[in-house]
Amino acid sequence: MTKPKVGFYWCASCGGCEEAVVDLGEDVLALVELVDVVFWPVALDFKRADVEAMEDGELAAVFINGAVRTSEQEEMVELLRRKSAAVIAFGSCAVLGGIPGLANLYEREAILDAAYREAPSVENPEGTLPAEKCSVAEGELTLPAFDDSVRTLDQVIDVDYYLPGCPPPGHLIWSAATALLGGTLPPKGAVLAPDVALCSECPRAATKSDTLLVKEFRRPHEVFVDPDLCLLAQGVICLGPATRAGCAAVCIGGNMPCTGCMGPTSRVLDHGAKALSAIASLLDANDGDEIVARTAEIVDPIGTFYRYSLPASLLFRSVEPEMRKEPVS
Amino acid sequence: MLETNGNGHFEPRIVAFFCTWCTYTAADLAGIARMAYAPNVRVIRLMCSGRVDPQFVLAAFQHGADGVLIGGCHPGDCHYQEGNYKTLRRVELLRAVTRGMGIDDERLRLEWISASEGDKVRQVCDEMTEQLRRLGPLRLRSPERSVEMLVTGEAR
Repeated sequence: MTKPKVGFYWCASCGGCEEAVVDLGEDVLALVELVDVVFWPVALDFKRADVEAMEDGELAAVFINGAVRTSEQEEMVELLRRKSAAVIAFGSCAVLGGIPGLANLYEREAILDAAYREAPSVENPEGTLPAEKCSVAEGELTLPAFDDSVRTLDQVIDVDYYLPGCPPPGHLIWSAATALLGGTLPPKGAVLAPDVALCSECPRAATKSDTLLVKEFRRPHEVFVDPDLCLLAQGVICLGPATRAGCAAVCIGGNMPCTGCMGPTSRVLDHGAKALSAIASLLDANDGDEIVARTAEIVDPIGTFYRYSLPASLLFRSVEPEMRKEPVS
Repeated sequence: MLETNGNGHFEPRIVAFFCTWCTYTAADLAGIARMAYAPNVRVIRLMCSGRVDPQFVLAAFQHGADGVLIGGCHPGDCHYQEGNYKTLRRVELLRAVTRGMGIDDERLRLEWISASEGDKVRQVCDEMTEQLRRLGPLRLRSPERSVEMLVTGEAR
């Protein structure tokens, strides 16, 4: 019997999701006993032409990590969609947009300027920006187009399953792989992780009072964090109440708050809005000025509540500068 | 998506979330008193302003609202003791997000309007409509529109 074929691909990502696959350790060997990995740019020398040569639907599954920002990424995921029976959005960036998705706060031109003209480490006296086409003595050179916005994978192609996390936890990868091979996957569109909030598996849950109120918000470096007490009870913003479980609360185990990489549960439309709603309700202040002062303690509210989910949010992206009355600082 | 009046001028769409005990009753009073005010406001009646999930506000913007108005009982008067305080905290934090996303502050308004203040409903609705008329439509970018901009070269 021929083994099912699987592929891995990366788009706008950091490589951490690839690392998560490698982190399966010896389980990887068990996995390759069961499947043939026929495409994995980070590890194996197969090219785009090899994928193009496949029959449509020839791959049993493809795991795609990273958000989509360039025309090359878009073409590759569309190609892989045709060649694969199942597409799994792998990791926070593919599922929600991830950290690269925060680029949706800025205009395309500003990003290119920052990267190629203004960065202190850049030496570019002529202010040259990357161009899609460029003629040199040897002929014409091309680069992929840089899109206006960062998109999640399912804003570009049809996605069958979602495996969130930054990176996805090893045990969830393993259970997704075995469900795929055993034909025991849930209905299409499912997120392959528990559908409850992180607090339900947090080792500090017992110390979170039902009537918890926060006097002031503090950042982790501003406080000696008690390793046994609920972080919210210590004024540290933890997105556990609004974030999906499944990571075994590893960040909290490291005495750091949840930053929301697993995304929301299935009942939530907009992760950041739900998270800010939960945090605002905990604030122990009823006076207008006091509320303004306390909320001002939250440095970078969008980066706090939408750290991984801006492209998947209801607003998707910042408003165009010409549409605004006040320039945004 | 743009709404215009007979003269081709932009008419803003405002989604209003009014609590049933105070602001909605005030809007009722304004109607009974035959007060005329801007028809740009679409009222959604909720039991409490504390029921306004920030997701409602963002969903309204996403679906084409140019402004969102939230009306609740005055501080201390909430039928459920402190629902309006929760609203105040949530709106303040939500505003930090919408501001960062480039949505002007006038587009999200929170007002305390008691059951007897029918005239305040009229005044707030008129004022907000006028402000948004001057501000113009809120055009959000969608993933689809983002692609369109790339194809047409508008993004470059």
